[in-house]
Amino acid sequence: MAKKILIVGGGLSGTIVANGLCRQLAHQMRQGAVSITVLGTSDKHLYQPGLLYVPFGRIREAELFREQKKVLDRRINFFIDPATHIDVEAKTVSTQSGRSFDYDYLVLATGSRIRPDAVPGMEEGAHWFYDLDGARKLRDALAAFEGGRIVVNVNAPHKCPVAPLEITFMLDEYFKARGLGDKVEITYTYPIGRLHALEPVGKWAVPEFQKLGIKSETFFNTKAVDPKAKKIESEEGVTLDYDLLITIPPHNGAEVIENSGLGKAGWVPTNPKTLHREGSDTVFVVGDTTNIPISKAGSTAHFEADTVVDNIASLITENRWARDYDGKVYCFIETGMNTGTYVWFNYTTPPNPGPPSQMIHWFKLAYNRLYWLSARGLL
Amino acid sequence: MSERTLIDARGAFCPGPLMELIAALKAIEIGEEVEVLSSDKGSADDIPEWVAKVGHEMVGVEEKGDHWSVVVRRAK
Ligand SMILES: Cc1cc2nc3c(=O)[nH]c(=O)nc-3n(C[C@H](O)[C@H](O)[C@H](O)COP(=O)(O)OP(=O)(O)OC[C@H]3O[C@@H](n4cnc5c(N)ncnc54)[C@H](O)[C@@H]3O)c2cc1C
Repeated sequence: MAKKILIVGGGLSGTIVANGLCRQLAHQMRQGAVSITVLGTSDKHLYQPGLLYVPFGRIREAELFREQKKVLDRRINFFIDPATHIDVEAKTVSTQSGRSFDYDYLVLATGSRIRPDAVPGMEEGAHWFYDLDGARKLRDALAAFEGGRIVVNVNAPHKCPVAPLEITFMLDEYFKARGLGDKVEITYTYPIGRLHALEPVGKWAVPEFQKLGIKSETFFNTKAVDPKAKKIESEEGVTLDYDLLITIPPHNGAEVIENSGLGKAGWVPTNPKTLHREGSDTVFVVGDTTNIPISKAGSTAHFEADTVVDNIASLITENRWARDYDGKVYCFIETGMNTGTYVWFNYTTPPNPGPPSQMIHWFKLAYNRLYWLSARGLL
Repeated sequence: MSERTLIDARGAFCPGPLMELIAALKAIEIGEEVEVLSSDKGSADDIPEWVAKVGHEMVGVEEKGDHWSVVVRRAK
């Protein structure tokens, strides 16, 4: 009997796992001893980090997408057929079209999604750039904005810990370039008592904000937005007036995870080293959908996916465990339109970002293109 | 007896114990509890301060050798 590997989710981590396994198990696949199936929601693969550039008109929308079929190795069975129920006891996954898939190894890679609807008034009163529709609307709102108070509002939990700071720096530069620097006041709000979850990044941002005249409000967890009065209120009792509200909405994991009883709010309890779903050694969890207390970022998803590839391949070919995940996260940080920096850390090494430079900014721009090679498993 | 969610945020540099707690409180029902394990003293101090400010309930803070255990009940 062929060993069946089933991957739910064809985003960043699902794609890397599928392509990586294809490469490592090429021989077994040729012999018909292994099959790899991916269940996805769309025929297009979206490069999410590219969304950051959409509000500023700095990327063509076509650059954000590739055909999912072309990003995946030809030998992978790919179905645009979202999972509707995952039964880890019976080892089957049911889908929207009514099919049922069984598996020997299951990989959960369903990511996270924004929930502006979870905060009263947020959907009506706020802009965001975490999906294409939102990013387009924000682009139009920015183009029409001639001055006033902008609030950049960050909510927990959210993916890509650096995007909120990046958009803040980019907004500042964007308005200065349009000659509106003295007409725009930016206030950045953050859920905890500093400007960024990573302490060194939070410290580094303080003088940068001062230099640019960006205001901040820490310990700000959004209670409600009043779209009519243009006010945003925090659980901590602070109310801010805005003319333009840009939010990073709170996130949840996928609906199918919660509906299948695999984790509250869609976050799957996951062993931080083995990446097994707690309590089952045939189910692996990668990317944003784990409940591991580390950054929900593309790099996290990528390093986790590499670990899962090595382990599933090794279990199938040699019946042995290959290696544990070490908690590695790596992030580029845009510090303006022309400079950037980066930071990395793992479970045992603390982060230590270097000084921003133009070269690192170029590297991030280059990565925006290299992504497609990386998703194919070529990088 | 209400259910308790455990977050082992020891050695977690980002998003860190308080962010994890804030996220976890959104995922549970009123009356349920979250226990956060943290290796840094800062969070053991920050969390009670934040919890008092927003009106959740502190169940307890305990130093356990090389880490702290902080238990919070969702009150609203
Ligand atoms: C604006 C923005 C900027 C970002 N910038 C960066 C950055 O600079 N650096 C960085 O490292 N990260 C960045 N990220 C974060 C990064 O994109 C995510 O962390 C990463 O994509 C997570 O990978 P994933 O595979 O877990 O989830 P995703 O890539 O989101 O993939 C999940 C997939 O699962 C699918 N799915 C959901 N439910 C089902 C179902 N029921 N059945 C089948 N499929 C399903 C979804 O449609 C999706 O395709 C950014 C994100 C955004 C939004």
